[in-house]
Amino acid sequence: MPVTHVKSSFQIPDCEGDVLTVKDLHFSYPDGHAALHGISLKLCNGDKVALVGPNGAGKSTLMLHLNGILGGHGEVEVSGQRLTRENLPAIRAMVGLVFQNPDDQLFSPTVFEDVAFGPLHMGLPEADVRARVDAALEAVRMSAYRDRLSHHLSVGEKKRIAIATVLSMNPSLLILDEPSAGLDPRARRTLINLLRELPITMLVSTHDMKLVQELFPRTIVMDEGLVVADGLTREILEDENLLTAHGLEKP
Amino acid sequence: MHFSPTPMHIPDGFLSLIISIICWIITASVIGLAISKTNKSLGEKQIPLMGVMAAFIFAAQMINFPVAGGTSGHLLGGAMAAIVLGPWAGMLVMTSVIAVQGLLFQDGGLVVMGANILNMGLVTAAVGYGLYRSTAGQSKAVKLGVAGVAAWLSVMTGALLTSLQLWLSGTSDLQIVIPAMLGVHALIGLGEALITVSALAFIMQTRPDLLGEGSESAKGSRNWVFVGGLIAVLVVLFSPLASADPDGLERVATDVGFINAGQSAPYSIIPDYTLPFLGETAISTILAGVIGVIVVGAVIALIGRGLKARA
Amino acid sequence: MHFDAFDRYHEKESFLHRLDPRVKALVTVTFIVSNALLPDGAWLAFGFAWIFLIAANLLSQLGIGYTFKRSLVALPFALIAITVLFSIPGQPLFTFQLFNSHLVITDAGLLRFLSILVRSWLSVQMAILLVAVTRFPDLIHALEHLKVPAILTTIIAFLYRYLFVLTDEVFRLIRARESRSAASAGNRAGGGIFWRAKVAGNMAGQLFLRSYERSDRIYNAMLSRGYSGHLYTLNPHEMKSRDYYVTALAIVVIFIVQILGRF
Repeated sequence: MPVTHVKSSFQIPDCEGDVLTVKDLHFSYPDGHAALHGISLKLCNGDKVALVGPNGAGKSTLMLHLNGILGGHGEVEVSGQRLTRENLPAIRAMVGLVFQNPDDQLFSPTVFEDVAFGPLHMGLPEADVRARVDAALEAVRMSAYRDRLSHHLSVGEKKRIAIATVLSMNPSLLILDEPSAGLDPRARRTLINLLRELPITMLVSTHDMKLVQELFPRTIVMDEGLVVADGLTREILEDENLLTAHGLEKP
Repeated sequence: MHFSPTPMHIPDGFLSLIISIICWIITASVIGLAISKTNKSLGEKQIPLMGVMAAFIFAAQMINFPVAGGTSGHLLGGAMAAIVLGPWAGMLVMTSVIAVQGLLFQDGGLVVMGANILNMGLVTAAVGYGLYRSTAGQSKAVKLGVAGVAAWLSVMTGALLTSLQLWLSGTSDLQIVIPAMLGVHALIGLGEALITVSALAFIMQTRPDLLGEGSESAKGSRNWVFVGGLIAVLVVLFSPLASADPDGLERVATDVGFINAGQSAPYSIIPDYTLPFLGETAISTILAGVIGVIVVGAVIALIGRGLKARA
Repeated sequence: MHFDAFDRYHEKESFLHRLDPRVKALVTVTFIVSNALLPDGAWLAFGFAWIFLIAANLLSQLGIGYTFKRSLVALPFALIAITVLFSIPGQPLFTFQLFNSHLVITDAGLLRFLSILVRSWLSVQMAILLVAVTRFPDLIHALEHLKVPAILTTIIAFLYRYLFVLTDEVFRLIRARESRSAASAGNRAGGGIFWRAKVAGNMAGQLFLRSYERSDRIYNAMLSRGYSGHLYTLNPHEMKSRDYYVTALAIVVIFIVQILGRF
């Protein structure tokens, strides 16, 4: 699918990129497959941004660069700090990445232990750890699940706990990969309300265009390893040609 | 892209043929027994269960935790497989893992695989399960504590056996290989113990039915305690003895006929058209001749088959 | 992780690729046994065996250096054999001081050491070639034909089938752990060793439960398709004339190698 040039007619408020700046990020997998061809974007405090595009566009690959799991050529800056091998642990405290499959994220027996993992690893004193766990569970409205076995939870519940496991590190940026995938309508609604209320800068990759329309004022469209559009959601969703060209549908 | 948790996989060429064959005989017998036992207890469910469990062990060996200065602890899994699945199923699972590691990744040789399976799959399962089984009816804490010791001992036993096989094959000096292997594996065994205990605790917390009364784990006969204990005791007694008096051991081994330190090729089966243990007698010459005839006959038969297949 | 990260098979239409997998497996094992039977210092025989190996490399169309490049992986284990350099009695060649010991490398010791290395090196290459020219499922079939108990070969087949799935899960678990392995200024990050081991054990335990329950689902799927305890497979492999000829040829070559080894 040939990639179109970046649309310049979309208006986004001018932004310094104080939470996240990505400059010309290139990445190829070891087997030669080139996944990112020069990604540049900026996120500011309070932004809620949707990341959309067909499968294989490089969305997940991009996300894995933002907390240093993958390393490509180009610059990534989080809250003004350049992402380098040395300061990865510090970056990971600032960037909370939630994977698509909550089973990957929940590896402790109880909910409490999973949410406590981040602060414990950071070496925080016990009182702080407990406070953070309580706050994180409160933020996702799962305080009652504190001592439950993660193993026994439903998909929707696991997804919210997975978000809590990341919130307990007090990140400045929350990145979610397909948060609404596999959820029934009720669980999805709960998730939407949760995301709406979280006062944290967010970058969310999703195929759920209704979710995009409802929650995210700004949208970035990716295809074939490039950013092909970056602007106001309502304008992008009006551009039928753009949507069709990149395998998207209007909600 | 395969990860090896311990340096116990012996490649081809490091064990003599006789030792390899002896290990194969032991391994094949135990596996045969394991197959008949699991047929009875698990029934038809056994195949998908053991298959996926084998993949689990293989994958679990990749889980690491930083120990110190860049090194990591890992899980070999012999004790754990036996404790959770029962001793016989555990042995079959470990056998498959070691087989695939050897076949697909050349981690461990093909002819010496009998020895590798014995060391890493059978003995670890026996010692691991044997000690654990002795805690039937005890509290969780006791079970976990013993499981940790069992896991550690299982690794040490495997390491000791490996050292002995290498020594008897004339590949390594007893005085050096035993302390080296046991020393390295004392630390590796620690990692094994920690992860095994923690994984078992997790399972006890989330699926206690898998380790409780009536589970496969509990069904193994009490004889395992004896077997596992016996092997463990032999290890504990033997290793310091071996390191302390290697010459005494060499003497015994030479008397039995295993080692002839001076000869350059004591382990070949047909040196100079004679067989060892029989010496240069008429019998061995005849035997060698018979083997030659068999070989020629086989070649002719194969060519005959080939011509027939073409027709 | 790429889906074929665990595949050692290289697709080609070479003579070796088309041989029956039983033949390839048997020739590999016989080659390895032959190496083990050769006495120390049988350089003529080792050389001949090596030529056989090179010929096989060429016949596989994978390049003359294919197995050589991959053979160095087993090298670290050679350290285990280093002690023979000093322990076998013979003419002293080199001596040196190490700490307080006076170490002497003898000629017999050097011969043994090099012979062990060569045997191992030749054998591992043949094993590498085997899986490069044989699809693993075919290899499993070969094992079945060669009377390996069906239950074992089936477990191995399942292992192979689910290997990628489960190791992928492990990688994702490790990634998730890494993503939350953060540090904050002024605090010592990483947790204590027991805590780290506990986390690793939790991951293993999680993986175990998921695998265990997955096997339940697989069992149900098998039941739904009529499984009652016995797995039936078709026999897709028929020995062709070239398979017999190759086996005969291999026996002759091995025999020659063994005879050469006695000089």
